[in-house]
Parts: sequence; structure tokens; C-alpha cells
Amino acid sequence: MGIDRVDRIIDKYECETGVLIQLLLEIQRELNWIPPEAILRINKRLKIPVSEIYRVASFYTALSLKPRGRHLVRVCAGTACYVRGGPRILDSVERTLNIRAGETTQDGKFTLETVNCLGCCALGPVVEINGQYHGKLSSASVEKLLSKYE
Amino acid sequence: MEPLKSPYDLEKLRKNILAEKDPNAPAIAVCVSTGCEALGVKGCLKAFKEEFKSQGLEGKVEIKETGCLGFCEKGPRIVVYPDEIFYFQVKATDVPEIVSNTVVNKQVVERLFYIDPITGKAARNLSEIPFYKYQKRLLLDSNAKVDPKKIDDYIALGGYTALAKALYHMTPEQVLDEVKKSNLRGRGGGGFPTGRKWESTRNAEGEPKYVIVNCDEGDPGAFMNRALMEGNPHSILEGLILGAYAIGSHEGFIYVRQEYPLAVENMQLALEQAEKYGLLGNDILGSGFYFKVKIHKGAGAFVSGESSALMTAIEGKVGEPRPKYVHTSEKGVWDKPSALNNVETWANIPLIINNGAEWFASIGTKGSTGTKIFALAGKVNNTGLVEVPMGMALRDIIFKIGGGIRNGKKFKGVQTGGPSGGVIPEQYLDSPVDFDELAKLGSIMGSGGMIVMDEDTCMVDVARYFVNFLCDESCGKCVPCREGLKQARKILDNIVTGKGKEGDMEKLKEIAEATSAASLCALGQTAANPMLTTLRYFKDEYEAHIKEKRCPALVCKNLISYYIDPAKCAACTLCFRNCPVGAVEGERGKIHIIDQAKCTKCGTCFEVCPPAFRAVQKISGKPVPPPIPDDKRWIKKGGKANSAKGVAD
Repeated sequence: MGIDRVDRIIDKYECETGVLIQLLLEIQRELNWIPPEAILRINKRLKIPVSEIYRVASFYTALSLKPRGRHLVRVCAGTACYVRGGPRILDSVERTLNIRAGETTQDGKFTLETVNCLGCCALGPVVEINGQYHGKLSSASVEKLLSKYE
Repeated sequence: MEPLKSPYDLEKLRKNILAEKDPNAPAIAVCVSTGCEALGVKGCLKAFKEEFKSQGLEGKVEIKETGCLGFCEKGPRIVVYPDEIFYFQVKATDVPEIVSNTVVNKQVVERLFYIDPITGKAARNLSEIPFYKYQKRLLLDSNAKVDPKKIDDYIALGGYTALAKALYHMTPEQVLDEVKKSNLRGRGGGGFPTGRKWESTRNAEGEPKYVIVNCDEGDPGAFMNRALMEGNPHSILEGLILGAYAIGSHEGFIYVRQEYPLAVENMQLALEQAEKYGLLGNDILGSGFYFKVKIHKGAGAFVSGESSALMTAIEGKVGEPRPKYVHTSEKGVWDKPSALNNVETWANIPLIINNGAEWFASIGTKGSTGTKIFALAGKVNNTGLVEVPMGMALRDIIFKIGGGIRNGKKFKGVQTGGPSGGVIPEQYLDSPVDFDELAKLGSIMGSGGMIVMDEDTCMVDVARYFVNFLCDESCGKCVPCREGLKQARKILDNIVTGKGKEGDMEKLKEIAEATSAASLCALGQTAANPMLTTLRYFKDEYEAHIKEKRCPALVCKNLISYYIDPAKCAACTLCFRNCPVGAVEGERGKIHIIDQAKCTKCGTCFEVCPPAFRAVQKISGKPVPPPIPDDKRWIKKGGKANSAKGVAD
């Protein structure tokens, strides 16, 4: 899992106060999720109670307590996308991947999430895959889009 | 480079930057903000670099990578200097032509101009484009002129002169006074007078004092803060330092949501550059004033945009609101006096200090001064960022600037202020937009989201969407918000799935009113708005759902059926091939029918049916007609089936 990678991140924040969220965000970026071992490590080194770390990690949507898939598919559920047919796109992605939002496919290939707004409303409905935006989608085009990912 | 030690140094630097720039040198400005990036601007940029190389222009033509220019609908937008020629919807394949014709030969590529959809005329400059013509872009205009990664660009435009003026020619009290006189109100939603907020932090006991930028733009459909922070981070930073000076603060935080990576990157760079130039850190501009800033990334929680919640998040804890009997301006981060303002509020400060409070107060209305940036989105033709003087009528924003409703549909309502706002119907479109007028209509200004809805939007479904959103984002601290919204969601779920019953509307109203009366923070207090406004203005839609089990806008899945009109179907097999569940039955030349038992109502058939036929229809509130007998389903050769062929293949 790379406890040394976690250690290196903790090193950076060791002497500061109020860093828990920033620390967790960085671990999330490095490991793609917050493994239990990381929580215990932070507890041991920074003397923050496990309950508090867990509370923060479960409160914020950007932090995941479950391993994520290789490709992160985020369907925009913002208002502008919503009125332009966003829910149909989400249906279509869920059907194609055979998982619900918040889940990861069994083969660990895709994780599907919804996001409140990606802020590119001119392109709605929008789906972001691995940080790349795909706009003006129709439910018929979803399958083809997802098939490009290995 | 040596840190600047005086206003004189700054002015000298500015002159040097300007002197080194040949105003007649060719340059191109490309918007690389998230919206245009999604439209493929990176490809254009690459093409420009390659084309410059192959034409031997490398290093001779500056490529400016700028922030959002507002007109996202027509992106990617490219400006060619020195003649300021604007091209819209540019593709990588257009680039060689732009370079050879416009950059080298000073000729225009007319087909890339903005074409007015009504007159068909090509617009050569921005004042001919209605989207820009009616705006007053005090804040957004600079986005087209500066490369956010270069502090020199900002300084060339007169950046940091307000700071120099304040540090050398004004006392902190005078700066505060100027902001108070300008009557600037908070752009984040509350509309609280900024000067008064600062004053209470300044007068509060306790050290250190903090100043904070709120860029936790969690409202779905709002992206103006991102555009400012991505496009012109120094304007926000200058405002923040001015605020710190007025308040007597030496430490600041910039809270940015992690969903905006480019905003974080550009702001981080701005901080480093400002520090190097002596505009941040110790002894700013040689004045003895010192100020430090830290960036704090938000981890994705809507409620953390609320001021007290944001401050607990800065402390590294769960971002939950707390009671504000004692204001955060007096006891905020670590219980120290903290002045928190929205990105747009901070960006206005340098303008006020440079041009004076009177000038600022002369723009807008008496109660709401200055301009406001709105994120116009939804079913409107010109999606984008719109900056107008406060007090402009909603109708002008949506129809004159926004170009009206997409696909010639009918306007139904406009939702302002994000999930906590309300939906305003057509009869109030002539209302001026300012803090107080919107509140009178049961909505709020919020941070400036404006989502346009047309006849195809179901208002009950919209109310359900917002309640569902707020329910998910409620932190759970106050029972009326946590439990009340959950019950409201249940009732709305029932209504949109055809299980609504008599008395539901009254119950919703009761829950909404109780939630707003008994919640601690703005999330719960304003959660009633989407329910109450839709109940007030679109009562008939609720009644149709509850009494007739009919969705007039044909949106609610459980209340509609898809049906293929045999008189219109050309048996082209498009819907048959695209149906993901095999619910369409038919073959080429044989009229298709939908097996209602198999249909999941995903709407794919409706989407793919060619506009020339429009055979797939939605039906609500009445039974689906029985399928026609099998022998009548064959279309004769040379009839409609052939005409459909071209579309299908």
C-alpha cells in the first residue's frame, strides 16, 4: 500500500496545525483512496484521534474510504446539466457499466460518481473521465465513449 | 528580480513592461479556461505552435493563454492582436488559415466571425455582438488582456496601483471608509455590506486577525468565481491585501474547492510571483506593512461554503456551521476575528480604491451598487458569464444578452441563486435584478447562478432536484433541516412517480416553512425557496401530477410512455438499433413499435429519431394507443422507407 508514501506526505505537514484536510487530500491523490492503514498512521504520528480522522474522511465527498477504479467517471449533476438531460446520461452510464453512482466495477476498471457542478455549463450534459471533459452528450453516445477506456 | 520598494519602483516597472511591448506586434490570445478546454482548445494551441514553427514565426508572435472570456457557448474564442480580431468556435483545422491570413497578411477569416443568428451579419468587433454589447465588464474584461500566469501582464494594466495608493496615501481608516461609502455588498449570496463587516473585524478584540477569500463555489451552475480566480488571480489578491491593510490583518487564507485545479494552480503561482516582487510578505512595497497568505483546498462539501463552516474547515475539521450569535467577523478561525468575503467581492476592492467610492456607487441601483457577474446557463442560447450593472431587468439578461431560449422553445422560469434560490416565472421577468428585488419574489441573488428553464422542464421535478441536493448536502446538525428535507424529498418523490395524494402540497409548504424558521445556517433557512416558489408560481403542475398523474412537461419518467406514431414512422431502424434493452420491435420497411413492458424509458429512441420524422413521442396522462396490426406495418417500396434510408445509414 505504500506506508512510506503516506509518511512522506505526513512529513510535509508535521509542524503545522489544522492540516488534516490538506493531508488527506494529498493521500487521496497519491493512493487514489484513504486506506485504513493511512488513518492509523496519521493517528500515530500526529496524535489526532482516529474518530476525528474518520469523521473528516467520511464527511467530504472528495475523500474516498473505498478503493477506486482505474478510471474515474464523474457525471455532472449540476442544475444546468440536469435541465439539459443529465439524468438520462447518468442512467445510460449506470446501465453500460452495470453499477450505480458511488460504486466501482468488479474488475476495478471504472468508478462512477456524480459531481455537483463541473462549471462548464455551456457544454451540458457533461461527463468527466480522468479529468477530461466530454460535453454535449446524448445517452446514445455514452456506450461508445466508455468503450474507449481499457 | 529585486523586490519593489516604493510606488515609484512599481510605476517604473510598469513603464518598462509597456516599453518592451510593441503595441503593434502580432499576438494571439487564447482562452484556456476549463470550459474552452472541454471544447478542445488545447488542440488549437498545439496547432498554433506548430504553425508558427513551420512558418518561421516562432518567438515572434506571442501566444497569450488567458482565462475565461465569458462567451462559453461560442468557444473556443481567439483574439488576434494588434487589430483585435475576434474569432469564435475555432477548430485546430482553422489555425493554418488564421496564421497565414490574419497574423501574416492582416486579412480576416470572415467565416470565423460571430454571425448574428437573426440578421445573419458577421460581427467584426465585440460591440456588434449582443452578448457583449449590453454588458458592463468591469471585472471580466481584464480576463482577455492578462495571462494569469504572468504578473507583468496585470501590472501593465495598472495592477497593484490601488495597493500602492492605499499604502502610501491612505490610512487604513480611509480605505475602510472608502469601501463603506461605496456600499459594496457581499457577492457570495448574503449581500451583507462589506465595509461594515470589515469594520466589525477591525474593532473586534483579539489578535491575530484573519482575512479570507471564499472560493468554495459549490452552487451547481455557478462558475464566475472560478473564472476570476483562473483568469485574473492578482486582482483578487490585491483586493485581499487592501482588506488586510484596512482591517489590520497580517494573515490571510484563500479557500478554493479542489474541483477547480486550475484556479488553485494559478493562485499559487500568483502568490509566489507577488512575493518575489515585494507585493506580498514582509515590507510590502517598502511600506513596512506585512501580510502572508495560505491556500486551503476544500474537499467537496456544499455546506462548507457557509462562512462559519468554511472557517472550521480551515482549522482542518469537519466543515459544519455553528450558531452565529457571535459573528465570525469577531470570532472566526481559531476564535479570532476573521473577515470572509467572496472572490468577486475582493476583486471589486482595487477598482473602488482606484476610482473612488462615488464612481462605484454611481453604477447599479441605490441599494445594490456596482456590477454583478451572472452565470447564465440552462436552456438559453448564449450560455456564459455575464457582467451587468445591478438593476438590469431579468428579461434583458435572458433575451438581449442570452439570446433567448434554445430551439425556439417557450420560456417557463429562471432559477436564481443556486439550490437555495427560487424559480421566477415569466410575469416577473421585467423585475430589476438586485439583492432586494429578488428577495421580494421569494428568490435570492445568491452567488449569481441563473438557470433558464423552458417548457420542457418540469417544475415539480426541479423542486425535487433541489430538495434532493440540499438533503444530501445538509450536514445534519439541525433536525428540521436533516429530517424535514428528507420528508419533503419523500413527498416530492411520490408526486413525480405518480403516488402523490391530496394534501401533499400543504404538507410541503408546512415543512418548508418550519425548516426555514428553525435552522441554524443559510442552507436550511433558504432550503424552502425552491419548494415555496414552485408551489406559488407553478401550482397547476403540481396538481396535474397529483390529480391526473400527468407530467405536463413530459419529464417525469414514471408518468410518461414512449410511443412510435405509425403515421410518422419511416421504419429506418435507428431507434431499433439504439435501444439498449431491445424494447423496439421492427425491421427496415416495417413500422416499429415499442414493447411497453420492456421499455425502461431511457429516452434514447426519442433522441435518435430524425427530426424529419419525429415519430417517437412522449405521452403522459393517457393510455398508449394499441399497436397496429402486423399486416398494416409494412411500408411500400419507394415510399417513406426510401427517404429514411439516407438518414439511417
